[in-house]
Amino acid sequence: MNTLFDKIWDKHVVQQIEDGPTQLYIDRLYCHEVTSPQAFEGMRARGLKCFRPQQIFCMPDHNTPTHDQDKPIEDPVSKNQVDMLAKNAADFGLTHYGMMSPDNGIIHVVGPEKGLSLPGMTIVCGDSHTSTHGAMGAVAFGIGTSEVEMVMASQCILQQKPKSMRISINGSLGKGVTAKDVALYLMAQLSTSGATGYFVEYAGDVVKAMSMEGRLTLCNLSIEMGARGGLIAPDEITFNYIKGKEFAPKGEAWETAVTEWKTLKSGDDAVFDKEYVFDAADIEPRITYGTNPGMGIGITEAIPNEGGAGFEKALSYMGFQAGQKLLGVKVDYVFLGACTNGRIEDFRAFASIVKGRRKAQNVIAWLVPGSWAVDRQIREEGLDSILVDAGFEIRQPGCSACLAMNDDKIPAGKLSVSTSNRNFEGRQGPGARTILASPLVAAAAAVTGVITDPRELL
Amino acid sequence: MKQKFDIITSTCVPLPLENVDTDQIIPARFLKATTREEQFFGDNLFRDWRYHADGTPNQDFVLNDSKYSGCILVAGKNFGSGSSREHAAWAIAGYGFRVVISSFFADIHKNNELNNFVLPVQVSEAFLAELFQSIQRNPKTQVKVDLPNQLVTNLSTGHSESFEINAYKKHCLINGLDDIDFLVQNQDKTITWEQQRK
Repeated sequence: MNTLFDKIWDKHVVQQIEDGPTQLYIDRLYCHEVTSPQAFEGMRARGLKCFRPQQIFCMPDHNTPTHDQDKPIEDPVSKNQVDMLAKNAADFGLTHYGMMSPDNGIIHVVGPEKGLSLPGMTIVCGDSHTSTHGAMGAVAFGIGTSEVEMVMASQCILQQKPKSMRISINGSLGKGVTAKDVALYLMAQLSTSGATGYFVEYAGDVVKAMSMEGRLTLCNLSIEMGARGGLIAPDEITFNYIKGKEFAPKGEAWETAVTEWKTLKSGDDAVFDKEYVFDAADIEPRITYGTNPGMGIGITEAIPNEGGAGFEKALSYMGFQAGQKLLGVKVDYVFLGACTNGRIEDFRAFASIVKGRRKAQNVIAWLVPGSWAVDRQIREEGLDSILVDAGFEIRQPGCSACLAMNDDKIPAGKLSVSTSNRNFEGRQGPGARTILASPLVAAAAAVTGVITDPRELL
Repeated sequence: MKQKFDIITSTCVPLPLENVDTDQIIPARFLKATTREEQFFGDNLFRDWRYHADGTPNQDFVLNDSKYSGCILVAGKNFGSGSSREHAAWAIAGYGFRVVISSFFADIHKNNELNNFVLPVQVSEAFLAELFQSIQRNPKTQVKVDLPNQLVTNLSTGHSESFEINAYKKHCLINGLDDIDFLVQNQDKTITWEQQRK
C-alpha cells in the first residue's frame, strides 16, 4: 500500500475486471523485430489499426550484425525479420529507428537515452529486459507477443497486479564493486525465482548514490530473480540525466514535470508484501559458475556444493566441480555489451582496466556499444584509442552475443566472460559456456586471459 | 490455437527438472520466423535437449522415449523462466501439449501459455512429487484436469488438488475468447480515461 509502484499502477487503471485482471493503460510500447511480427500479423488478420501509433517506437536490435551494417544482412532469415519490422512500422504509421540510423541501438539502451522512458510512465515491450526502464522511476515490464498485440490494438493490457517487494542495499560499495555485482549478489541470495510474482523497488544508500547507468543495469536484471519488474524512485540524478534529452519535456513543461516526478516515491507508511535489507560490505566482484544467473559466487570464493539434478547438470555442462575456485581459469571469449552493460559507463570501466595493458593473446573480445549514441560518446571521450591501442576493436551496436541471434556466436565448449544477463545452456551459441560478470571483471579477463580479480588491476 | 477448454484426461510427459528456462524450450536461433508457425516451433521444442548437435535424436531425452506420451507436460519448479518469448508457448502448443503442470511458473511465460489456450496448472510440491513418482512407476498414469471445477486429479492415486485461475481467464478459456476482443470492445473506456487524465 502506498508504494511507488502502487502510485504509478493505480494512476493507469482504466478498469478493474471483477475477479479478473486490471485493464492497465500503457504510455509506451517498444517493438523489436523478434517479438512483434506475429502481433502485426494478428492486427492485419483482425483488420485493426494501432490505437495510439504515436506511443509506439520500433527498432531492430536482436538480429543486427555488429559489423558492416551499411551492407545487406547476409543471413536471409535475419534480413527478412529486420526488413519486416521496417515494413510493419511504415504500414501502421509507427516511428522506426532502422539499422544505421543514428538513433538505432538496443531498445533498452535507446529508450532512456532519448528521453522516451520517463518517470511515472507505464512501459512495455515484448522483451523480458524491459524492466530496465524502471530505473527512470517507471513501471516497465516484459510481455509476450499476444500482449504486444493487445497494446497495439488498444494501448492497454490486461494484467494481474503483482505483489510488492522492496530491496534495500545500505552502506557503500567497495573498490571494484559495481551495480552488476549488486544484481548478481541479489540473484544468488533470492534465487532465480525468488521475486517471481513481485514488482521490486530498489532503495537504500547504494541505490541513492548509484549513477543512472548503474540503476539501469540493476533494474535490467530484475527479471533474473523472476521479478515482474524493478524500479527506483526518481531523484536529482534521474532529472539531470533526462534534462535536455530529445523527448524530455522542455521549458515550462519541464518544471511542471519535475514537480510531479518529485512526488513519485513510496510513502513513509508504505507497506510492502516482502522486504529485504542487504549490506554493501558483503558484496565483492562476482561471477557465475552455473547455467542460471542465480548460480553465482564472489570472485574469490569456491563453487558451493548445492547438490540435486539441476546443479549436477549445470556443473557438467560448464565443466566445473563443486569446491573449485575459478580464479586463474583460462578464458576464450570476452563480451562487453548488451542491454545490461552496453552503456558509456561500462565502456569507461572496461577502458580503465585496459589502459596501458594489452589484450591477452588467447582471448577473442567483442566490444559492442549498446547504441550509436554510446558509440559516439566513446569516440568523443577518446576511449576508442585506449581500446584500440590495447588491441581491441569496437563493433557496431546491437544485442550481439548476448543471445547470439546474429553471427556473434560463442563456439561450442568455449568459455566466455560476458557482461550480458543470461548464462543459460546454449544462450551464447549451442554448447557455449558463459560466466556472467561486470565490465571490470570482463576487462580483467580480457587483459590477463584468465579469470582475475579486477581489484588487483585497479 | 483457440481450442475451447473443458475437461482433459491424458497420460503425461515428465520433465523433472527445476528452472527450465524459455531458452531451453525454444532456443533463440528458432525465433526468426515471422508467422505463428506452430508446427515449426513444436518440431523444435526443447531442441538442444531433444537432438544432438549432429541432428540425431537424443534417446535419453523424455520426448524421444516412446514410453511417454499425452497432452500434459509435467515439469519441475519455476517452469518458463527467463526470456519473454511467446515462441516458447507456441512450441508447447505446437507439439500438442494442452496443459503444463508444475509447482511454480514464471510470470510472463504463464501469461503466454494462457494467451495460447495452454493451461498452466500450479500444484503443491507434494502433489507434484507424487505425480512424478506415479509416472515413474507407471508411464501410463493418467491425470484429469477439470477446468470448470478447477480440479486436477492424479488418477493413479486418486489424489486431487484444486488449482487457481481467475474467473475472467477461465471464462475466456472455456469459451474460446481472447483478451484482444475484450480490449477492442472496451476502447470507449480507454478514451474516457485518456480524456480524464488531461
